[in-house]
Amino acid sequence: MAFFLETLLGGLMSGMLYSLVALGFVLIFKASGVFNFAQGAMVLFAALAMARFSEWIPGWLGIESLFVANVLAFAVAVVIMFVVAWLIERLALRHLVNQEGATLLMATLGIAYVLDGIGQTIFGSAIYKIDVGMPKEPVMMLESVFEGGILINKEDFIAALIAALLVISLSIFFQKTATGRALRAVADDHQAAQSIGIPLDRIWVIVWCVAGITALVAGIIWGSKLGVQFSLSTIALRALPVVILGGLTSVPGAIIGGLIIGVGEKLSEVYLGPFVGGGIEIWFAYMLALVFLLFRPQGLFGEKIIDRV
Amino acid sequence: MFYRENGQFKTTYKADQQAFVIPQDRWAIVALVAFAFLGVPLLVDEYMFRAILVPFLILSLAALGVNILVGYCGQITLGAGASMAVGAYAAYNFMIRVDGMPALAAILLGGLMAALAGIVFGAPSLRVRGLYLAVATLAAQFFWDWAFLRIKWFTNNSSSGSVSVADINLFGWTINSPTDKYLFCLGVLVAFSVMAKNLLRGNMGRQWMAIRDMDVAATVIGIRPMYAKLTAFAVSSFYLGVAGALWGFVNLGSWEPAAFSIDRSFQLLFMVIIGGLGAISGSFFGAAFIVILPIFLNQMLPLVGSLFGLEVSIALVSHVEIIIFGTLIVFFLIVEPHGIARLWATGREKLRLWPFPH
Repeated sequence: MAFFLETLLGGLMSGMLYSLVALGFVLIFKASGVFNFAQGAMVLFAALAMARFSEWIPGWLGIESLFVANVLAFAVAVVIMFVVAWLIERLALRHLVNQEGATLLMATLGIAYVLDGIGQTIFGSAIYKIDVGMPKEPVMMLESVFEGGILINKEDFIAALIAALLVISLSIFFQKTATGRALRAVADDHQAAQSIGIPLDRIWVIVWCVAGITALVAGIIWGSKLGVQFSLSTIALRALPVVILGGLTSVPGAIIGGLIIGVGEKLSEVYLGPFVGGGIEIWFAYMLALVFLLFRPQGLFGEKIIDRV
Repeated sequence: MFYRENGQFKTTYKADQQAFVIPQDRWAIVALVAFAFLGVPLLVDEYMFRAILVPFLILSLAALGVNILVGYCGQITLGAGASMAVGAYAAYNFMIRVDGMPALAAILLGGLMAALAGIVFGAPSLRVRGLYLAVATLAAQFFWDWAFLRIKWFTNNSSSGSVSVADINLFGWTINSPTDKYLFCLGVLVAFSVMAKNLLRGNMGRQWMAIRDMDVAATVIGIRPMYAKLTAFAVSSFYLGVAGALWGFVNLGSWEPAAFSIDRSFQLLFMVIIGGLGAISGSFFGAAFIVILPIFLNQMLPLVGSLFGLEVSIALVSHVEIIIFGTLIVFFLIVEPHGIARLWATGREKLRLWPFPH
């Protein structure tokens, strides 16, 4: 029982990390109808920027404190993601308005190549570390309930907390601010939003910026767990089942989907994996999402698809 | 001046419904194929065959398969690489497990297995649509990637899933020189292109297109979506499976699952979108573009660098290569979202009027 709970909690926490990446997808799809395959590349790019600047800044400014260096690097990385978002909107997406979904998807794949290339040219392609002072040691919990207690990774726990905080602040931003309302209006209906004077260009830049910042947060957390390296950009592929399971247009869907996928993956790997040779978590997540989709083709929380002739 | 159809009157239904209605087109295609069979082997050296022409032919065949599904039936797939892998490994298994199996039969049977797998993994398309389906097809990609790495039976217990086959023997013709490989692939490609052309203008192709344009409306006029979608998946996967088997048997000789990874799926989708969705010629244009561009960049970048007196490292070349590749793709999509085939069609319209503008 304790082992099962431990696996379950591990799954929930890794699920939160998936939903962090999935959030980026959902934000952009909601506001502009672009299925952004470049999200993984953005995570890698942001993490690379963060890792390298936190390495360089102490040398440039002569700062000793790790904390100050990290804060400065974070600020620089945020600015960089703003610039990236602006450039993507300005140079690519603005010219692709009203194209088909598949074309836009391919365009974001092209953007992903460009980001991968530029990121590795500027920041180098070795493995870097991000050290934001996450505690690494595991802790025991509920020792009074179970014999031996449950082993929990503190780092995962903090990461899940950060993810939850980010989601809450994003929901407040979407629900309570004027910009958030404009974003929701654009997501609802482009033309109607435009006709009441919401500037589409600016909204898209904002959305890409927000997606860039979620990418940065995801990049920092994943990067401090796994190290910043090229394979970081493939976590977008791990987050895709989360997105379709939760629904392409739903922020809470991304969270719940992430939790379901995280738990499903961990449980299947532990209880099913040994029978079929292991390593099944990546396709199992997709199968799991597929099973849900067979019953709800628009994902758990997606907008209902209505067919009209 | 030469490309006009004035005065060409069809007097029979047969003449009106043939594959290439305009005689100029027909003769141009025949001339092109004849040139590809007879002229090219005399003109080109071995490197061209190995590095460009053979990969181009096989990937054209694969792109044709993707185009049938994405361009003609409107079902976006990101699992094309998986179908190629199934074709390649199934053909390999037929080769080693059945005594005296002719290679060509093994390749075609590999295609059939890929078609079966395609039907299974295409079944969600009956419920799931659009981008959801695109992501759902990734399930096939990751499943087969995993299966060929972990299930040892498929790869005859070889480590890391790498397998190799001997040269193909076709009715006494041993295919081992680059020219032989080129001619063999060209033959297969021509046969499959003719088949695709005929399928697409027949009953089945029209059903696919109706489903693509609007599946609810198609259902209303009596097209069974299940039949249409699953046949599209099957035919597309068959093409991809044959292409995969050729890629393994003819182009690589020995391969491992990474040869058919998700990057291959993306590459194939790039081909049909850059080449032109819903146009057979688009598959060829797209394959040519995607095959030649990286080779071209790889050769050109160090030259350009030395022009400015810069020493370009290999790592930098590969990074700049993907930057330019990505930029060109985005650029192409912006300039001509309907692909090179549309440019070609526009050019043909112009040619019809040339040299008199009215």
